Amino acid sequence: MKAVQVVDSLPRYGLAKVAGSLAPGLGAKLGAVSLVDIDEPLLPAPGWHRVRPRLSGICGSDLSTVDGRSSPYFQPLVSFPFVLGHEIVGDLDGEGGRVVIEPVLGCAARGVDPPCRECASGRSDNCERTAFGHLKPGLQTGYCHDTGGGWSTSMVAHESQIHPVPDRLDDDAAVMVEPAACAVHGVLGAEGATVLVLGAGTLGLCAIAALRRFTTPGTLIATAKHPEQRRWARELGADVVVEPRETHRLVRRATRSLKVGASLSGGVDVVIDCVGSAKSIEEDLAVVRPGGDVILLGMPSTVTVDLTPLWHRQIRVRGSYAYGTETFDGEPRRTFDLAFDLVEHAGLGRLVSARYPLDRYREAIDHAANAGSRGAVKVVFDLRGEKRR
Amino acid sequence: MSRPGFVLEVDRSTPPILFHHGEGFRLEKLPTGSRVVYPAEPLTPLSDPDAAIRHALEHPVGDSEPLRALLRPGMKLTIAFDNEAVPLPPMTGPDNRQRVIEAVLELAAAAGVDDVVLVAAHGLHRRATEAELRHMLGDRVYDAFAPHGLLTQHDAEDHDNLIVVGQTAEGEYVEVNKRAATSDLLVYVNINLVAMDGGHKSTMTGLVSYRSLKHHHNVVGMQHSRSFMDPPRSELHNATWRMGRVLAQHCQVFQIETTLNSDTFPSQFAFLQKREWEWSLRDRASYLATAKSLDACPPALARKIMHGIKSPQKMTSVQAGEVEAVHRLTLAEVHRQHLVPVEGQADILTMGLPYIGPYNVNSIMNPLLVMCLGLGYFFNLYRGKPLVRQGGVVILSHPTRWEFHPVHHPSYIDFFEQVLSETTDPLEIEKKFEEDFANDPWYIHLYRNSYAYHGVHAFYMWYWGAHALQHVGGVIIVGGDPKAVRRMGFKPASTMRDALEMAEDVVGRDPSITHLHAPPILLADVT
Repeated sequence: MKAVQVVDSLPRYGLAKVAGSLAPGLGAKLGAVSLVDIDEPLLPAPGWHRVRPRLSGICGSDLSTVDGRSSPYFQPLVSFPFVLGHEIVGDLDGEGGRVVIEPVLGCAARGVDPPCRECASGRSDNCERTAFGHLKPGLQTGYCHDTGGGWSTSMVAHESQIHPVPDRLDDDAAVMVEPAACAVHGVLGAEGATVLVLGAGTLGLCAIAALRRFTTPGTLIATAKHPEQRRWARELGADVVVEPRETHRLVRRATRSLKVGASLSGGVDVVIDCVGSAKSIEEDLAVVRPGGDVILLGMPSTVTVDLTPLWHRQIRVRGSYAYGTETFDGEPRRTFDLAFDLVEHAGLGRLVSARYPLDRYREAIDHAANAGSRGAVKVVFDLRGEKRR
Repeated sequence: MSRPGFVLEVDRSTPPILFHHGEGFRLEKLPTGSRVVYPAEPLTPLSDPDAAIRHALEHPVGDSEPLRALLRPGMKLTIAFDNEAVPLPPMTGPDNRQRVIEAVLELAAAAGVDDVVLVAAHGLHRRATEAELRHMLGDRVYDAFAPHGLLTQHDAEDHDNLIVVGQTAEGEYVEVNKRAATSDLLVYVNINLVAMDGGHKSTMTGLVSYRSLKHHHNVVGMQHSRSFMDPPRSELHNATWRMGRVLAQHCQVFQIETTLNSDTFPSQFAFLQKREWEWSLRDRASYLATAKSLDACPPALARKIMHGIKSPQKMTSVQAGEVEAVHRLTLAEVHRQHLVPVEGQADILTMGLPYIGPYNVNSIMNPLLVMCLGLGYFFNLYRGKPLVRQGGVVILSHPTRWEFHPVHHPSYIDFFEQVLSETTDPLEIEKKFEEDFANDPWYIHLYRNSYAYHGVHAFYMWYWGAHALQHVGGVIIVGGDPKAVRRMGFKPASTMRDALEMAEDVVGRDPSITHLHAPPILLADVT
């Protein structure tokens, strides 16, 4: 089968890092990623099913891998070589119909019994056995050698990962469920009179939509670098949308803050950082109010940030990874169930801007890495016409 | 004897026409048949301005006694004066304000008046710096008053020192500087640069609070000021007149107004005041040297050079007494210098905008100020009808950089980034954003304690252009930063030729074109 695979090669990882620093997405040409013809992954155990991906999205974390920007932290949590792709809508082999994959590989998928305390409480996002069980390490499908990934024509998924797609949702909508679930998980509980969403790529836009759907922010501010992102941010429910360089001044005005030097005296109640860079984290700390919350929804890496404001302003910083079980309206709900609702309600399928066949993976990655400047949001691989599917 | 202003019809022999372009200049070849409206040459100034001032104080107009008779020991005297927004560029010393205030102070001293306070009537403008105050008042006055706290600057946010003196029949509150309003005599010293200045507008903008200012500084008022350079047809003036009369009933106001001739630029820039076909070899050489040097300079250096210019303008008249009687004479004097008869409107109006306007003295001409100068001030330099027809196009020439003075114009930056990115409609802007900016504690802090324009001032800049925005079918800025130009809802063009072609998309083929050749300032009397 055809697949876009990542190999464990230090020189190629280094090349990718250099290339990626020159131009986002360039790591696809020089790095550890390549289009290969490999055997389909085997079904690891009972309860596993073969899935034929239909659409598979290109995520920010995928781009980090391609460009060699991923943190060394992940090294023991992945297994090489692996096939990328964790935003997946596919066909279940047989008569299973269309499904969306919840990629986190928790205890159930790994055959760990009894499950760890986090998985037992429905929080597979916090699984304590990610590198154990009958699967090779891999925090998610798309980073695990044994499961394959969405950037291929065939992969395997455990029954705990499978969510049937209702007929009313088309493939574009279905492929947005996973990023939408990330956003839902990040924003639930992020209540405040003023909420700032920093960054308006896929995750940022989903976060805006999720805040509007599931929370009641007093004023929802969004920063977006590119005109098309700004349009989407408004459309999905941001009250005010500004360019990144305008954020500081907008927050000052919106929160009636004074200024002390370059710092604000007040700030927003919550920042949802969908970028995850040193610059964005610095911005988070500069614009959140004393005692406020910063939620890191975008995947960061190794960054250098002055934490003095965090200490002095007693800011709470929380990471937000993946999804699991949420408490919503006092009831436990699977994040993916809420994400399905969000995708449908907000029409997030509209964010799919471009589709590529696997053969053009370099173009696809380049497009995704420069999506904002090219007026795109979500770039996906379209595998519906691939041979040997 | 100075020659009056006139309208030139461009023919094939007409040389390229000078356009101001921010800190620089451009020569543009206008199509044959275009009209160029030139200002009058400078009027002969008063031969002895100090004597004229003394005479005016002794022979007031309207229902007023001579100033000498109004002064007595033990009285409370406040002398308010126009701020650094006039004249433009700042005039070579001694400034009219210095001459007049020294004369008033001499009379006050002779009458034994001890309680005298000077108030810079800068309304919601930024506070003046010491250097600017010294320039306006002279060292002698400054040193006599400032060290003792007797030279103050009006603070429209100092609610302990504001007082409501009454209300007009239309319900407009007149909230005024308490010191001025509770004085036995308020002497107001004005420099009437353009027809818009002076009269009751002096006190009703310079000495009031935001609460009062908004009665006349609002979008509907501006849209119904056609033009605000023609006070009888200006709602802005109607409101200030109503409110000024309330103040005049509350305290005695002795208005002293002065006018200037249009000798705007010093000798090294003489070419700016000449008609192009009359340029001497020296004028051409100095144009070339100046234009090329300024083009070669970084913008900040060019700005510094140009803001160093002191204007040789001279006093042409001074009148004192009751506000309205004084202002009638003033207006006639302003018209004598500025009025230029023009027949008919054009499809396209072109204007070259200079480096300076009322709100960027010693500062940066940011994009909002470009809009204000072009669509506010220059567009409104008419009496009767606008120079451009309804639905016509205005073409401005200015670099229009996305650049702001962070100390002077902090709220402008936010307005430009946060308000104009949502809407450019003045009415919507006023409704949705004005109060929020006006009451922002940070802007208020900067206005009171730093050198910032009030938070709401940026809005007024946009409102100044409200009438033009309603009237014209398009605005094109030649040579401006495209991003900044588009942010304001206008179209950028690289060259005048491109701009004229773009304008044809709006007004049709073979349009009529009028160029406003200013500064020096003129007032087109359009019939």
